[in-house]
Amino acid sequence: MQHGKYRFIVGFLIAPMALYVIFVIWPFIQSIYYSFTDWTGLSPDFEMVGFDNYTKMFKDDVFWKSLQHSVLLAILLPLVTLGLALFFAFMLNVGGRRRKGAIISGVRGSGFYKIAYFFPQVLSIAIVAILFQFAFDPAQGMINGSLKALGFHDLPNWLGDPKLALWCIVAVLVWCTTGFFVVLFSAGMASIPKDFYEAALLDGASRFTTFSRITLPLLWDTVQSGWVYMGILALGAEGFAVVNIMSVGPGGPDYSTTVLPLYVYQAAFRDGQAGYATTIGVALLLVTLAFAAIVMKLGRRERLEY
Amino acid sequence: MKTTDTPPILREEPGVPGQRIAESDGAGAPRAKRGEGHVLNVFSHGVLVIWALLVILPLFWAVMSAFKSDKAIFNTPWALPDSLSFDAWGRAWNQAHMSEYFLNTVLVVGGSLVGTLVLGSMAAYVLARFDFPGNRFIYFLFVGGMSFPVMLALVPLFYVMDNMGMLNTIQGLILVYIAYSLPFTVFFLTSFFRTLPTSVAEAALIDGASHTRTFFQVMLPMAKPGLISVGIFNFLGQWNQYMLPTVLNTDPDKRVLAQGLVELSTSQGYKGDYSGLFAGLVIAMLPVLAAYIVFQRQVVAGLTAGALK
Repeated sequence: MQHGKYRFIVGFLIAPMALYVIFVIWPFIQSIYYSFTDWTGLSPDFEMVGFDNYTKMFKDDVFWKSLQHSVLLAILLPLVTLGLALFFAFMLNVGGRRRKGAIISGVRGSGFYKIAYFFPQVLSIAIVAILFQFAFDPAQGMINGSLKALGFHDLPNWLGDPKLALWCIVAVLVWCTTGFFVVLFSAGMASIPKDFYEAALLDGASRFTTFSRITLPLLWDTVQSGWVYMGILALGAEGFAVVNIMSVGPGGPDYSTTVLPLYVYQAAFRDGQAGYATTIGVALLLVTLAFAAIVMKLGRRERLEY
Repeated sequence: MKTTDTPPILREEPGVPGQRIAESDGAGAPRAKRGEGHVLNVFSHGVLVIWALLVILPLFWAVMSAFKSDKAIFNTPWALPDSLSFDAWGRAWNQAHMSEYFLNTVLVVGGSLVGTLVLGSMAAYVLARFDFPGNRFIYFLFVGGMSFPVMLALVPLFYVMDNMGMLNTIQGLILVYIAYSLPFTVFFLTSFFRTLPTSVAEAALIDGASHTRTFFQVMLPMAKPGLISVGIFNFLGQWNQYMLPTVLNTDPDKRVLAQGLVELSTSQGYKGDYSGLFAGLVIAMLPVLAAYIVFQRQVVAGLTAGALK
């Protein structure tokens, strides 16, 4: 049976490995190298400049703004999304009236809610961003249109207002990610044995206590990986897409919505500063790793088996 | 919802402890309790209904707007369209090139989905089933890719692709999609292949099948549930890709749907053709929504299988 084993292993690994190394690992290593050069991306010539890009970055106001926005997204977004999702999932699975034979049950129609809440998850982030760009449009959008119909005047210019723009972006990201976690947490809650709740309710526990003492601890692993996942989304592709598409003149009025990945993109492909862009990219990598490490550390709890 | 409700046992008359737990709420219960339960249930349903409306109404608004005049879109955002006019749909499909973008997307996603599943399952099978020096290292090299920001690699990747002559090509985009889908796919399928019984594969090998043949004819069919899960996950991810094509695919003829829509939103915004824009959005939105409604069990199972445990 060992005959040809190594040939087989090499044969099966070579294509996936080659693709992965050429398109993922190699550019990734290169980018750290480029962050020490003055490469424009336009001409093939460049020189090593040591830490010049890094000193430049520390003095760059736009960098600090984008860092601030990215960190805000990475903290706020998981907090709101996972909080809402836990609340909805608990209601859908445990919050219903007691019915015959079942000590705990979901509210009526929970199946419908789960299907509906999941809608945004299957839509492309680009579709969602465009949809809301027009929903927020001060002159044509659904939001001001509805507010006007309700009799409000002096309607805000949502995405054009530097004070509101970032919050609109947070709202859109919450809108499109909550449903996935409702369904995920529901699946997790469904696998918690019912007699845990039965015992707690017999002992006189309130619904709130059953949530904080039974549901949340048993779901903690899922919540934690969800937290990391959300943070990476907010710091990466999703944050980029929403800001790039929705913001008035990408980055919002007065850079009020610029986030790190968008700034990397603009520095590299708009300003012709590929070297500097990779420096910001390295900062983004460090923020992402720090975020994941902090969540893992803070979230560490004794693992509960059931 | 009754997060703050006290369980019925505390409020029961002495002498019948525990009896009412299994009963339906309210039956024979004191009036005060029924009222409270009712209020809380209204509250819980209220919150759930509000979120459902928040999710559905924007989508509904987009579909309705695709049939309306631009003036009606703003003035009466929630009124039903006067008549069913498909003009805007035709404009979006033909003049705004939605048909071409659709085709490009189907090609790119089709190619990368097949490639991801074939290459991902090959790598995962070897990593899960064979002991060889470097196995752990390769596994962690793949899995580590899940946590780093793609934007960082995109700047050099742009020039790697440029040098290889693959910038702005469908093939190039397919290869990049596959490469960036491999971390999760390998991670998921490796743990999946570990759970499959070894006896069947051993029997095939004893009967004289080669490793390659065992993999394609015995192991892959057995891994079907895992492939479906990871396939749905990758389909949605690749279909919805925005960042990779934006950077690596700037040729207007090669645009995928997400890019085409962004382009459409910019140009129609200038032209003021909002109904055309909404028709484009709905064209891109409806097939996925319809597929989700039909296959929602599989989609949900596929997406949650990867994230739970």
